[in-house]
Amino acid sequence: MTAPAGIGLVLFVAVPFVLAIWLSFHFVNLNSILPPRWFGFEQYRRLFTSGVFYHSLINNLVFAAVVVPLQTGLAICLALLVNRKLRGIAILRTLFFLPVVFPMALVAVVWKLIYSPDQLGLLNSFLHTITLGHFAPRDWLGDPTTALAAIILMSVWQGVGLQMIIILAGLQGISPDLYEAATLDHAGPWQRFRHVTLPGLRNSLVFVVMVTTILSFQLFDQVYILTQGGPGDSTSTIMYQAVTSAFTDGDVGQGAALTVVFFIFVLMLTLMQRRMLREDRAVA
Amino acid sequence: MTTLTPTRPVVAAPSHASRRRQRRRVTERIGYLLTALVALVFSAPILYLVIGSLKPSSQVLDGLSGLNLSNLSLHDYSGVVHQFNSDSTGHFANFYITSLTVSAVVVVGGLVVNSLAGYALARLRWRGRKLILLAVIALVILPFQAIAVPLFYMLDGARDTVYVQFIPFIASAFSIFLFYSFFLNLPKEFEEAAAIDGAGPWRTLFTVVLPNCKPVFASVAILSFLSSWSSFLWPVMMVDQPSVSPLPLQIAVFQGQTPVNWGEVCAFGVLMVAPVVVVFLVFQRWFVRGVTASAVKG
Repeated sequence: MTAPAGIGLVLFVAVPFVLAIWLSFHFVNLNSILPPRWFGFEQYRRLFTSGVFYHSLINNLVFAAVVVPLQTGLAICLALLVNRKLRGIAILRTLFFLPVVFPMALVAVVWKLIYSPDQLGLLNSFLHTITLGHFAPRDWLGDPTTALAAIILMSVWQGVGLQMIIILAGLQGISPDLYEAATLDHAGPWQRFRHVTLPGLRNSLVFVVMVTTILSFQLFDQVYILTQGGPGDSTSTIMYQAVTSAFTDGDVGQGAALTVVFFIFVLMLTLMQRRMLREDRAVA
Repeated sequence: MTTLTPTRPVVAAPSHASRRRQRRRVTERIGYLLTALVALVFSAPILYLVIGSLKPSSQVLDGLSGLNLSNLSLHDYSGVVHQFNSDSTGHFANFYITSLTVSAVVVVGGLVVNSLAGYALARLRWRGRKLILLAVIALVILPFQAIAVPLFYMLDGARDTVYVQFIPFIASAFSIFLFYSFFLNLPKEFEEAAAIDGAGPWRTLFTVVLPNCKPVFASVAILSFLSSWSSFLWPVMMVDQPSVSPLPLQIAVFQGQTPVNWGEVCAFGVLMVAPVVVVFLVFQRWFVRGVTASAVKG
């Protein structure tokens, strides 16, 4: 019974994974007629001595460092907002979750319009109007100081609904008795949030934070469509580098080395998550 | 009616309680207003897309007037179909067929092979089961991105085909794991009863187990449909020919052509996301359940 799935997993997941490690120690170029040859640690040496790699790594880290707290914080707010028993609240819940089902390629195209330079761009025009003409239009995606921020804002918009739903499930799992007890002890709204809601959401939050961090390292679609890693290397990412090395330059060995580095990051994050969850179980 | 309404003193000094009530009503109103504002800002990109798809192209990229509801028509929709009507540009129907085929095979094939594997791991006793289970759990944490480059190298010979777009995604460690945990928590009594009645593992599976497993099948189907319908990285690497190009790849190509016909790009976008939105609105409960199930199990 496991055979069909097993064969699929071995062929398309396990073998490629081993192949990635093998390729990263070889010189393999699709544009070259030469067969793969042993390259030792040369691919990694090249990686760690190239500026693009560090810029990409820093962009991934900045993206994660901003998106994770921003998106999680926003998701908590939205979850609290839609957790109330009000007429029409289900519509809001649907609305906030809706972008999650939008393919990222489409989201990127829509936001490219929104971020258009000059007065033609929706964002520029909006800011111009609400500041009564004091805002000077910017080229959000063409300016190295704002390009990454623009991608971050868009990604948060697309992804926050998913986090919201997970946190909402966590909220609904908190026993109402705890809130009642806290109120009897004269706890204010902030104290109830701090000492009942947050601890109750711990597992959901650990999951949300870890998944968002891992997704941050996978950043690719938005960059490919909106900026091609530019201007300069201001929005380049590890995955974007891996794909351009392997696909555009044909340098499969280099691309493989990048994916191995990427995997090591994901592995460390996952192990951290497991550890945090285990500690929690030990406490509980 | 009126007699039942408690009468308020007409002239009374505003008591402490009523002032507090009034203040609460004001904060409530502000809350509603803020909520409405958040909802409006949040939905702006979606409204912009839909309105843009109904406007003449020259009026889409036009600042805030891009949101005006004037000159609406369905011209952009027919424009998209006319835009893609030759072999060099690809046919619009083909993008749809490619995306549908890939998603359908990934979802249906995935449900079959992964549920079987999950069932065997959770219920049957066989040699090597523990080892395979460990391997599956280890593979769950491996994102597709970590194997995209070697897979691209391996399957280079199958470029520009439809099957190369679905074949690596049918078997999924994550889906197996979701099935496995579901089957593990399913009460064993029914199966034991079936076994006593002489049913073999296959018969037990089809007549007793499966009818009780709608939630996990719905979750896995929805999650795999979402990811394959949105799939972008893999088609970027594997597809050059518009004849086998899926929708997300094609919209990226379309918006990169100059001069960009933004109205038609928006119409393309609406057509591309419409099936997912419909499926989402109809099966919303299952979407939410699927997502949260993956969160709890992850």
